[in-house]
Amino acid sequence: MSNPILRVAVAAALAVPLSAFSADNSEIAELKQMFEQMKQQYETRISALEARIQQAEAKAQKAENSAESANQAVAEVQTETTNQRSGDNLFNPAISMVVQGSATNYSRDPEAWSLQGFQLGGESGLKPEGLSLTETELTVSSNVDDWFFAQATIGLHEEDGSTEIDVEEAFVDSLNLPAGLGLRFGRFFTETGYINTKHTHAWGFADAPLTSQAFLGHQYRDDGIRLSWLAPTDTFLELGMEALRGERFPAGGHGDQFLGDAQNYFVRIGRDVGLSHSFRLGISHLQTDPQDRQGGHAHAGHADETFSFAGDSDLTIADLIWKWAPNGDGRRQNFTFQAEYFHRDEDGDVTFTNDTGTALLPYDGTQEGFYAQGIYQFMPRWRVGLRYDRLWTDNDLRVTANSSGEGDDDVLDESGLTDGHDPYRWTLMADYSHSEFSLFRLQFSKDRSRPNESDEQVQLQYIMTLGAHGAHKY
Amino acid sequence: MHRKATLLLLIGLMLCSFSVHAKLSVFTCEPEWKALAEQIGGDQVSVFSATTAQQDPHHIQARPSLIAKLRRADLLVCTGAELEAGWLPLLLRRARNAKVQPGREGHLMVADHLSLMEKPTRLDRSEGDVHAQGNPHFHLDPRRVLKAAEVLAARLTRIDAENSKSYQERLAGFQQQWNEAIPRWEASAASLHGKSVVVHHREWIYLLDWLGMKRLAALEPKPGVPPSAGHLVGLQSALKENPALAIIRAMKDDSGPSEWLAKRTGVPAVSLPYTVGSTEHADSLQALFDEIVKQLVELKK
Repeated sequence: MSNPILRVAVAAALAVPLSAFSADNSEIAELKQMFEQMKQQYETRISALEARIQQAEAKAQKAENSAESANQAVAEVQTETTNQRSGDNLFNPAISMVVQGSATNYSRDPEAWSLQGFQLGGESGLKPEGLSLTETELTVSSNVDDWFFAQATIGLHEEDGSTEIDVEEAFVDSLNLPAGLGLRFGRFFTETGYINTKHTHAWGFADAPLTSQAFLGHQYRDDGIRLSWLAPTDTFLELGMEALRGERFPAGGHGDQFLGDAQNYFVRIGRDVGLSHSFRLGISHLQTDPQDRQGGHAHAGHADETFSFAGDSDLTIADLIWKWAPNGDGRRQNFTFQAEYFHRDEDGDVTFTNDTGTALLPYDGTQEGFYAQGIYQFMPRWRVGLRYDRLWTDNDLRVTANSSGEGDDDVLDESGLTDGHDPYRWTLMADYSHSEFSLFRLQFSKDRSRPNESDEQVQLQYIMTLGAHGAHKY
Repeated sequence: MHRKATLLLLIGLMLCSFSVHAKLSVFTCEPEWKALAEQIGGDQVSVFSATTAQQDPHHIQARPSLIAKLRRADLLVCTGAELEAGWLPLLLRRARNAKVQPGREGHLMVADHLSLMEKPTRLDRSEGDVHAQGNPHFHLDPRRVLKAAEVLAARLTRIDAENSKSYQERLAGFQQQWNEAIPRWEASAASLHGKSVVVHHREWIYLLDWLGMKRLAALEPKPGVPPSAGHLVGLQSALKENPALAIIRAMKDDSGPSEWLAKRTGVPAVSLPYTVGSTEHADSLQALFDEIVKQLVELKK
């Protein structure tokens, strides 16, 4: 580049003086000689410059070459090390086990526990009194391939003196669908509210809220498919729907439909508020058509008497979770507020059956409830929490045809669906985590689920996590 | 009817959501990689960091806002070596972004491309918060930062070939800047060679190794396990026998234990910036090392 410019400049420098002189021959000869000398000087300088430019160009070429080889080296290093993936072992799935146990004491009979105005089902009920290993959970998870992730949780618990093995969850998640779509299929905890999606060891209290006991049979999980979509916005927005088999409580349908008997729809939004706060708000709606929904093991001692519900049951849940941690660093202090509101509309018939005959109870009910809880970590490892639960009902129930031999009023009473007492409960807890993997919790409850005097409940609980690092779920 | 309406709403929302982003969207797990990505990516990238200098990348939850951010990222840059094991795998699954899944070009764990120190010989939770791949706090060694810059530039080049020239140019600028700065830092810290310090968490090993310094002890008896009173008393007598230059902690660490020990032993306790943004001055990677070296050298005076 600079080469031709230099030449022009030199030529101009040589040309300009020529026109400036007009003198005699000797002077001209002298001048000619001078020009000759100058010309030679310039030429040597120019050739020197050219040589230097060439050198510089060669150097630049060299530098480029070495840069290229450096890049190559980087690329080589990368291909060498991409196999060295971090995280769980290369091919082994992540395996973890959660061991949970407790010591409990109740002032009233836990076997006779009930929630007035609700037909209890599923796993609803209190933990056994005394020392017990409540649950042992084994979770295995891994990417199946580049399309799928799978996770299975096997639960082991004691039931009437023998150990029951239960596939709590076993689901597959898609990893590779476009446009923010996600597909889950298998058996999973349904997106009915917030706490229902969490395993018991992540609950914050030693037992389920009354809303879970009343509306979801402790915790609702089912076989099905979930399709959800995550919006490409800075504010978290997720929409989804679930097609569920619908046989388990609270669905209680036939479950023989190709795409299931129960459907659940949900929307969730969430975001950070400043550096220290964040929240998530969700609404879900579960539609079920129970055909023969029977109360669970809450009414022990009346094995030959059943209440079965058939009709429509629509459950709507709103949930809010709000978290605070100073500057988003929750190691020393943090606070979590969590609340859920449940609303259920049921319409249909309850059939009472005993040895003698049956009774038909047309039933139209509206049931509501909520819980609100706050958990405060006031120093590393130590947390305290307070929770309030309340349920209320407006059930319309009467006896039409009765061939059971029992009086109408007795049948109504035993159904548990009559109004008259709104269950509520206060709970206080404190827990200590030596590390992320172990926790001890002491909890007191004043439970007014049943009419008359309150049930004073004391629980001492431990939760131990072995194996793979659990996820820090929100 | 009800179901159809829901489905239509869903599809409608999906269709109107596709928007064009001119810049390459980079999601980093830590502020040091945000600084690096901004330096190498320049105007071609927009960078978001999941954590700030005030937060501990071990202890983060998969917050909704992070899921939403990762959903749209073109490139994920994290430390790796299980530093983010508690939240990143969950975030990756929840974010529904095929581009940044493990094994893809958009998934960059820097630790996978460097050699790490302190690879544990015994993997057991009773040893505290151990990382199978090695100590993940390697960004405190400027030589490894330089290597990370090369890896990042190569990755950006592959993802966004159109702008490869500017990435390579910025890398060259970074390399030049760094190749000048490293000997300068080393020269000014020459007097620290062979000196020993006590650290709070074991995050300083790469810095100490680079400057030829020694770690006498750590306030945390095991990585990630908070200092106990008994352990501190033991350190007090150990420090009497082997005096140390200083007790070093990061801004985010609890100041109590190091101040307690400092008061009883006379060894000064200092809090060093751990990453970009830890202090007002440490606003870039270069300024971070300027600040660290300056503070350490001042101790010697």
